[in-house]
This record gives sequence, C-alpha cells and structure tokens, in this order.
Amino acid sequence: MAWTKKVLRVNLTAGTCVAEPLNAEWAQDYLGQRGLATKYLCAEVDPKVDPLAEANKLIFVTGPLTGTMAATGGRYSVVTKGPLTGAIACSNSGGYFGAELKFAGWDMVILEGRSPKPVYLLINDGKAELVDATHLWGKTTWHTEETIKKAHQDPQIRVASIGRAGEAGVLYAAIVNDLHRAAGRSGVGAVMGSKNLKAVAVRGTLTDAYQVAHPEAFFTAVDAGKAVLAANGVTGVGLPTYGTQVLMNIINELGALPSYNHREGQFEGANAIGGEAMHEKRPTDGKPNLVKNGACFGCTIACGRISRMDPNHFSVKDKPQYHGASGGVEYEAAWALGAANGVSDLEALTYANFLCNEDGFDPISFGATVGAAMELYDLGILTEAEVGLKLTWGSAEALVKLAEWTAVGEGFGKLIGLGSKRLCAKYGRPELSMTVKGQEFPAYDGRGLQGMGLQYATSNRGACHVRGYMVSPEVLGIPVKMEPQAIEGKPAMLKAFQDLTAVVDSAGICLFTTFAWGLQDIQPQIQAACEGDWSEERLLLVGERIWNLEREFNLGAGLSKKDDTLPPRLLTEPLKTGPQKGAVCHLDKMLPEYYEVRGWSADGVPTPATRTRLSL
Amino acid sequence: MQKSLHIDPNKCTGCLQCEMACAWENHRSFTIAKSRIKVFSFHEEARFVPYTCTQCDEAWCQLACPTEAIKLDPVTGAKIVLDPTCVGCKVCTIACPFGTINYVASTGKVQKCDLCGGAPACAKACPTGAITFVDADWTGLDKMRQWAGKTDTNPATV
Repeated sequence: MAWTKKVLRVNLTAGTCVAEPLNAEWAQDYLGQRGLATKYLCAEVDPKVDPLAEANKLIFVTGPLTGTMAATGGRYSVVTKGPLTGAIACSNSGGYFGAELKFAGWDMVILEGRSPKPVYLLINDGKAELVDATHLWGKTTWHTEETIKKAHQDPQIRVASIGRAGEAGVLYAAIVNDLHRAAGRSGVGAVMGSKNLKAVAVRGTLTDAYQVAHPEAFFTAVDAGKAVLAANGVTGVGLPTYGTQVLMNIINELGALPSYNHREGQFEGANAIGGEAMHEKRPTDGKPNLVKNGACFGCTIACGRISRMDPNHFSVKDKPQYHGASGGVEYEAAWALGAANGVSDLEALTYANFLCNEDGFDPISFGATVGAAMELYDLGILTEAEVGLKLTWGSAEALVKLAEWTAVGEGFGKLIGLGSKRLCAKYGRPELSMTVKGQEFPAYDGRGLQGMGLQYATSNRGACHVRGYMVSPEVLGIPVKMEPQAIEGKPAMLKAFQDLTAVVDSAGICLFTTFAWGLQDIQPQIQAACEGDWSEERLLLVGERIWNLEREFNLGAGLSKKDDTLPPRLLTEPLKTGPQKGAVCHLDKMLPEYYEVRGWSADGVPTPATRTRLSL
Repeated sequence: MQKSLHIDPNKCTGCLQCEMACAWENHRSFTIAKSRIKVFSFHEEARFVPYTCTQCDEAWCQLACPTEAIKLDPVTGAKIVLDPTCVGCKVCTIACPFGTINYVASTGKVQKCDLCGGAPACAKACPTGAITFVDADWTGLDKMRQWAGKTDTNPATV
C-alpha cells in the first residue's frame, strides 16, 4: 500500500508527539494529501476558529505517490485555516521534503496548540521530538536549514521552515523547504509562526514504511507517464527551457497580462522580465540571469529556475550572500514582482524573489500588494512621508526596499505584509484591492480570460490559478481550445478542471504534469500504487468530494455567495488595450450556471442531493 | 565490450530518480537513504553532481578487505560485495579514496555499486542522460564529438 498508514500528532502546547493509525476509510474517500488533510481539518477544527489562534491546526501531508518513482512524486501540502482569507488554506510544495517525510514513515503530521517557546519538530524515522529553537527565532529559512543540519551532523536532513516573515505575522507568509521551494500561498507560514513552530526537520531511512501495491503495473504506468511528459512540447521542452516563464510573452501578447494593479491588461516591460530574457546575456556583466534548470524530487520535467544575479546590481552590490546561485523567478513571481507594479528590472525581481525564499513570504501576494500601494500613491492617497520612500509605478528601488521591510515586518512593510485587502481598506479604497476572499490575483487577467475570472471567483482558497487552470483550454488548447472571451461551456469545463486538480493535489504529484497528462495517464499510476479499485470515475468523484468539503468548510467559516465575486475593476472597467480590448468579466452570466453544474443551490450551497451523492 | 557508468553533471537536474531506482533495485524500496548513487547539490554554484563507484581496476576496497568479500565480476568489471562473506568491519570504507563504499547498519554489511549485473537501474531511470552506461574505453566519445563539432575546418566558406 502506498500509504504509510501512520499519522504523527504533535501537541505543541503540551509538547507531545504521538503516533496514530491513519483513518484508512478516509484515505479511500479522499485519496491523500490535499483531500485527506482537508477531511482531518474539517473533522477536528471549528471553521469559525481564528486562524492564528491556538485552536487552529496545521497539517503537513503527503500523497500515495509521494516518495515513489512516479514523475514528480515528491509533493506535499500544508493545510490549515488561512489568515489571509479566513477560508481553508492548502498550499502545495515540491523540493525534497515531502518524500523524506514519507521515507520516515509518515503520511501526515498534525500540529495542534501553541508552543510556549520557539521549537522545531525533529523527525528521525519513527522518533519525533520537539527541540528548542530559541536560537533560530529571528533567523531566515536559509540560516535555519543550515543550522539544523549542522546541529545534528546530518546534511541529509530535509527542512521546512518559516523565516522572519512568518514570525512577524505577514499574512501571506510561506513555509519554505529545501531553500527555495515553498508552500507559498494563503499564509500557511503565518499559522506556523503563531504556533511558535520554526521548522519541521525530517530524516527518513525506512525501507518498509510503504510499498506500491502492484510493482510491475506501477513501473509500466510510470514509464508510460514519463514518456508522455518527455514527448510533450510544454513539459518536454518549454518548461525545462524557460520554466513557467515560458508564459510571460504568450499571455502578454494575448492581452491577459494584468499590469499596474490591473489598470491595464498588457505590460510594456513583459519581454524584459520573461523566460527568454532570463537566458540573455546581461549588458552589465555579459552573463545571463539563468544558470540552469533544476528539478524537484522525482521530477522529469525540471521547470525550476536557478539564477545568479549581477553582483553589481544596486540591490546586492555590497551583499555577497546574494551573489551565489539560488531560486530564480517563476512566471507568477515575475508577474507579481514586475508587471503588477510596473517594474521591468529582472535583477530587482530576482533579488525580491530571493528575499521571498529567504524569509518565507509569497511573492504573488507581496508583489500584488505593492502594486495596490503604488496605485494608492499614484492617486495621492499614500504619501512619501507615510511610506518612507517614493512609491512611483515601476520603481525597482521601492520594490526592493519594500521586500526588505516586509520580510522582517518593519516600517511600511508591516502594512504591506497584511495584503492588499487590508491595505486598501485602511486607506478607504477597498475597491482597489485586486483580491478574491482576501487573496491576491495571480498572473492572468480575469477579463482577458473569462474562465479564469470564474475560477478566481469560485476558488476555495481565494484568487488562485492552481485550483482550476482555465488557461489550459483558453490559451493552450488543452484538452480543447476555448475562446478566451467565450462563456458557453466554461462553468462545466471549470468544474472538470477543479475536480481533476483536486485529485492531482491529493495524489502526491505536480499539477504541471497536466500540461501533458490527462486523467487517463494519471489513473493507471494511482491504480497500480494503491490498494483498491481507482477508476477514472471514482477519482473524479473523489475530486468533486474534496471540492465540496472545502466549500462546506468555507461556508461554515462564514463565507457565502457574496464572496464568490471579483473586484469591481474586473466587472466594470473594460480592458483598454490589446486583443481583449473592451472586455470585462461576465461573472454574472457564468456563476449561476456554475452553481448549477456543481449541484449547488442558487445561493451556492451544496444541495442535499449533492451531499448524498458525494457521501458528505 | 565492457561498459562503464558515465556521468555528465551538466545534464543533471537533481531529480533523484537514479537514487530511487538504485534503492528499488537493491532494497525493493524507494527510500533514497539506501541508494548507492548519490546526487550532490552545490546550491550556490547551481550544480548537481551524481556520484558513485567507478569500479577501479586496482580496487583498494578489494585489497583492504580481510575476508575477501569483494570480488571482481569478470563480465561487467564491477567489484561486488559478497554479503555472506562480509563481516561489516568497514575497513574497505576507509580504504576507498572516494567514499563510494558504505556501511549499512540495518544489514550489518557494506554496500557499493555493482552495476546491477550489467544493466544499471540508475542510468535507465535518468531522464536527462546525465548518467549513461557506455563503452568503457570511450567514455569521452561524446565530449570529443562536441569539441570536434566546434572545429572550424573550412573558414573560407564562412
């Protein structure tokens, strides 16, 4: 069986670590990772809980394919109630940490309570203990990872930690593992910080903790899957060469690249910050920003960017600690740190991205919040005296300074760290916050791509691209081409994407495989790894069940139909330029149909029939 | 033709499929802690380097072994550990200049790369060609070809 069937329950208040058997019935209903942890969270946590209170829980969870040779089989998720949104938060990460947790014999770690002092959780196979982390508090994720490895004389320990942002209560603080992979969105790092938990460190050496159910069938399915990834233009060439940054120019040319806090739908600096630019030799030192591509555990795509900055760039001139190679900008980060606020200095973006990794905060929410602040400044609502610097559109200097301040919760960075919803509300202009349910948009304009607009409005964790990636049909033609401005068929297609994504996120593999893989490629791998019969129909039902359970958590938390909306700018201000000129998001035409295909009432509540069908 | 593992670190992305393949081949587990090949990450240099035994002709592990538990596989050229004979004294781990033979506490024996009997699982699993299994006499052939291709033999036509 591909589950270890063991859960580690850590009570931080009492300082106890206890092993318990996995609820195997729930694993059959929710598969693993995102789905399974959601079930645990819903069963154990009152959805009305204050996300930063002791009563909230934080769950690290793997999937049945995590720690297997399935391509990209190294994912883990962190599930909790999110402080940025007040909704369920589920953030997914790669790197090596997830597989190590599985090798140590754990499907899941549930962290509850609040430690009276800073601690980190140390897991050595079956043994788990809380270790004093007073000396690590106030330190970065990079320092923390290195220090823990040294302290235990074990360079093979894998560490997931928070930086100073998570300690300082940045509401979109991330949990960073393996130096530059992150459970990035929705503020899971802030919840970790509220629990005085600095890090989870794992070393796994067990050979008998889990097993794929049918090895021969498993390798057949896995090898076939790898061949599909290698032969596909996106996963075989585009992503390894340009990373997700392959999208920057494509989305810009399509007129769906929001810029200047969504005032515009194209960015004149896109070419300077995109995937191709990362390959070009800098005029300053003759070297390209990108050094090479890197993979997460088990990944045969290898989209990761590894960058080295120009050591003479103003942001790092006297800071040799940033002169080595590290995690470079992905598309979403490049968009948020760049296009969203008009900055087209790739080196400045790279530096800000380094800081996001080093101190653990989400570059999407951070960059987008800087964009909102720049608009407030442009309108004269924010002043130089108040901010402490000139916040003009496109100012790389301002971006860099705000990143440094936000990382440690200093000065105006304290406000930036609360996200754009709270920032704009404070200055009396809530409509300027480009968020849904309090979470900032990623890099696609919901006016330019109607399906993405609907996805943003309905995503269970607030504005998000990785819950139902309508870019696939609307731009890439996967699995079928849908016109960006079309409305017909979008709600049903979105539902299918959301349900399938919930399956992928619960299996232990990376969503990026779905640029090439359909369910027909994924199902045989799950079927061969897991005991039981996992047909495509059953998997989609599992995905739908997960989506509905998340929805029910959010309804219980007090969210409702009124939160399934978009900022007025997307609903009423037409795009001014580009191929999608004149477009607004026709959410009102799509949302009722979406509720209908979901089997929800006109108020967005799962009907009794739907609940029965999904065994909720 | 004798073959040997050939490693091109420039092609390695650090995915660790090789480590899982090795662990599976020898322990029927994906737990990379049991792998005989290790990929090292030199983060600030943006380099990943797979590393394992190169099967020395004059194998110091073999020479140091007091129980003659390490023997030559004449077909593959691999130096292989005979588990029933190995007493776990670890002298070989001291003798090896490269660190590629290591003790396994759970079995009480040492382990090292044995080329999987002539079909190395790591090379098969590598998605980028960073690890290949090629003619032992011509591990440099690809690199030679690359440089040969850069040789300007007819500048007049440019």
